[in-house]
Amino acid sequence: MSRDHQRNNAPQEQSRRDILRGAAALGGLALAPGVTLHLIGGEAAARPADEAVSDTHRWGMLIDAGKCGDGCQECVTACADENGWDPDGKLPTDAQWIRKIDLRDPKSGAERTLPMMCQHCASPPCVDVCPTGASFKRADGIVLVDKHTCIGCRYCVMACPYNARSFVHEPLTDQKAHAPRGKGTVESCTMCVHRVDAGKQPACVERCNDAAGGAMLFGDLNDPTSEISKRIATYATARVRADLGLDTGVYYRNI
Amino acid sequence: MAPSSVFAIILAALVLSASMAPQHWSARAAEPSTGVPVPKPPKGRGNECVAETDYIRRYHMQLLDHQRDDTVHEGIRTKQFSLKQCIDCHAVQGPDNKPVAYDDPSHFCRSCHDYAAVAIDCFECHDSKPQKSAAAREAFRGSMLALEGYLKARGP
Amino acid sequence: MAMARITYREIDGGTTYWSLLLGLSALVLIGLGSAWYMEHHGHIVTGMSNRIVWGIPHVFAIFLILAASGALNVASIASVFEGAAYKPLARLSGLMAIALLIGGLAVLVLDLGRPERLIVAMTTYNFKSIFAWNIFLYTGFLVVVMAYLFVQMEPTMTRHIKAVGWFALVWRLVLTSGTGSIFGWLVARQAYDAAIMAPLFIAMSFAYGLAVFILVLMAACKINRRPLGGALVNRLGKLLGVFAGAVLYMTAMMHLTNLYAAEHGGVERFILADGGVYTAAFWLGHIVVGCLAPMALMLSPNLRTSRLLVAVASGLVIVGAIAHLYVIIIGGQAFPLLMFPGQEVSSSFFDGVVAPYSPSLPEFGLALGGVALALAITLGGMRVLRFMPQSLADDDASPAANQSPA
Ligand code: HEC
Ligand code: HEC
Ligand code: HEC
Repeated sequence: MSRDHQRNNAPQEQSRRDILRGAAALGGLALAPGVTLHLIGGEAAARPADEAVSDTHRWGMLIDAGKCGDGCQECVTACADENGWDPDGKLPTDAQWIRKIDLRDPKSGAERTLPMMCQHCASPPCVDVCPTGASFKRADGIVLVDKHTCIGCRYCVMACPYNARSFVHEPLTDQKAHAPRGKGTVESCTMCVHRVDAGKQPACVERCNDAAGGAMLFGDLNDPTSEISKRIATYATARVRADLGLDTGVYYRNI
Repeated sequence: MAPSSVFAIILAALVLSASMAPQHWSARAAEPSTGVPVPKPPKGRGNECVAETDYIRRYHMQLLDHQRDDTVHEGIRTKQFSLKQCIDCHAVQGPDNKPVAYDDPSHFCRSCHDYAAVAIDCFECHDSKPQKSAAAREAFRGSMLALEGYLKARGP
Repeated sequence: MAMARITYREIDGGTTYWSLLLGLSALVLIGLGSAWYMEHHGHIVTGMSNRIVWGIPHVFAIFLILAASGALNVASIASVFEGAAYKPLARLSGLMAIALLIGGLAVLVLDLGRPERLIVAMTTYNFKSIFAWNIFLYTGFLVVVMAYLFVQMEPTMTRHIKAVGWFALVWRLVLTSGTGSIFGWLVARQAYDAAIMAPLFIAMSFAYGLAVFILVLMAACKINRRPLGGALVNRLGKLLGVFAGAVLYMTAMMHLTNLYAAEHGGVERFILADGGVYTAAFWLGHIVVGCLAPMALMLSPNLRTSRLLVAVASGLVIVGAIAHLYVIIIGGQAFPLLMFPGQEVSSSFFDGVVAPYSPSLPEFGLALGGVALALAITLGGMRVLRFMPQSLADDDASPAANQSPA
């Protein structure tokens, strides 16, 4: 792309926006982010860019282990593609934001499989223990690491009941622009916060619905009319280590 | 020995242990020199920056810090002071006509920092090249122009 | 008064002093080199992983921090509990408390993923975090002990010794509770999550601190050819035996309580029976070498305690301490988290299996650098200030034992 070309950008940007408006009016074509989702579920309308998150929403997931395929890794690769970590890395030092856990009941021999990642607790132990406040919970319930204030002490990794956190053990290059990652800080599932802010679903959920069994549902736990709330109200669900009383944002069925 | 020297010694020990960290661990390895004339950094895209040039020159770190907190903690994703935008506008083309990364001394963000001996760690994590989507945007604009032509041809 | 008769003098700067200091400095340099290496390449060059996030550096750092608060006990006994025999040792006790703490903290800080952001830790706090509180407790401890030393060394201030001594005692108990709570408050982990962690750590600090203190005291007297009375050494040795017993008791209580709760059965079986290196470190290192042997040596009425035996017992306590902390810190992490009770669990992230860990050289380098730093500060401190009594011969030091303190 030449420099002159770039300089001409601004006016064309303008015309692009005009077209978008026209196109949307024309046939309800869903081109802008957020609009798409509105059509399929109305779960996550994009918040205006300059508006702060609030606690009117609490984002969560419902995962149906009954629909989760044995050996299926779609959610894992989707997350790795989206956030730029290596899904094939299997060293104990390699980051894994989401992983498949296989369960087997030694008595009955019954087997199940399910994805495990940050459970986005309402009372997250990682946030409690973090000395600098780098581990924090956003108003909408998403638990994150502010990698600008993380000093890499790893106390949160010790505190997490789900082994959901990874520590970046090596210098990295070629990270995704929307998912910066770097040596010496702790990281974990962000519930694809950059996508959620744009009114989209987390990458794993989208991929599971597009390419796999449709075992994952994302939505607003605070909205009683949302699909996820309705299903949680209807079916028996479980949360992992419910005994700790952490009020996780990730619910499971059939585990 | 006088008791005050007890403190002097212990203080010295503390300072010693703190100063033993290697130099490059300190972000401000050298005196920042905002006041002195700086080398001419490459001009960004367009005619003006996202703020008054003098202002951005002096306060871009505060602006970035503020934006960073807003985005990470509050989910505010305005474009004006986003680091991604700085990078998109301030891309510097290398000899191969591709934007250079931060490890190249000609990168915009190094044009003054190297001179002023400011070390920033942002690009250990952040992409220092314009987003791949900038290219995609070009393609998108192309198809939109076609659509525009089509719509115009069909009349209002 | 007896107290006034104790004369303190700087240690001499002979060849032994300088070669010791040189050796320790070399170790400190190795520690710094290791830290730089870990920082440069990332923690990939250590044996640590996403499952074992705290390794050898933390074992030694926590040892040093515990020993720091424990080393202060000698001074506390002297000024709070009026143990006049310990009075001549109070200054050295304070110096060592400071030195050991600095050594431990240096290791902790240099192991951070981003040590250059230490300033963040010093300026932004999350007050729900025991870690954040510890930052205050540790820096406060340094200040309190400095004040304690000040009132001891400044003749016009001695009347405040008892008050400041009390304050320091309370502070160090809170500090060690804070260190224990780093683990005790980890509700997620079967190996920790126990209120007894705090008192256990206090008992551990008593024993470890005294053991290090005894060895340093003996070495300091030896290289300076200053007399060290046999009665005093025996007294310290007996105390060490009692402290080792306290650790044993707390450990027994903790594991018995855990065994009672079925929920903790798994981790107990792991530590006590089939945990391989961890089980060996527990029984052989911690119980036999760290507790039973020193207790037998120090408390058995049939054995005539000698200087050598006291030194051996102190060494055993320290070896046992490292083994104990290895079991607590590494073993506690190696045992898999219990997410699905009663289920067999497997994944690509080492769920359901004991996490592997083999410490690497830089980890040891950093850890030993911290130990060397603590010793170097102690050594240098004794050289520049009057921490060491001229003589600790029983005749010079002991009469005080029979008199009320100043
Ligand atoms: C719309 C494109 C654009 C964006 C976005 C942008 N800049 Fe600029 N910037 C420019 C232009 C054009 C100039 C030159 C202005 C001039 O010459 O007066 C400039 C100048 C500057 C200068 C002064 C350089 C000098 O000559 O001394 C700094 C510093 C700077 N920008 C930093 C930033 C930062 C930091 C950001 C992100 C918050 C940013 N810019 C975002 C276009 C942009
Ligand atoms: C250890 C990794 C890391 C480092 C180092 C780092 N950041 Fe970030 N930064 C992140 C992450 C992660 C986000 C969140 C991205 C998101 O949610 O979309 C972020 C977001 C931001 C944002 C808001 C998003 C945007 O593009 O505008 C700004 C501004 C920002 N960082 C500035 C900085 C600056 C300035 C530095 C250097 C002083 C820096 N960061 C260093 C990881 C890092
Ligand atoms: C006009 C010269 C100039 C350009 C171009 C420039 N900077 Fe700076 N920047 C400075 C100076 C000078 C300082 C030191 C100011 C101080 O510390 O008071 C600084 C400091 C910073 C700091 C704070 C560093 C610290 O340790 O506190 C950050 C972050 C930063 N710049 C980011 C950027 C980024 C990102 C870019 C590229 C988009 C950039 N700068 C481009 C001159 C420049």
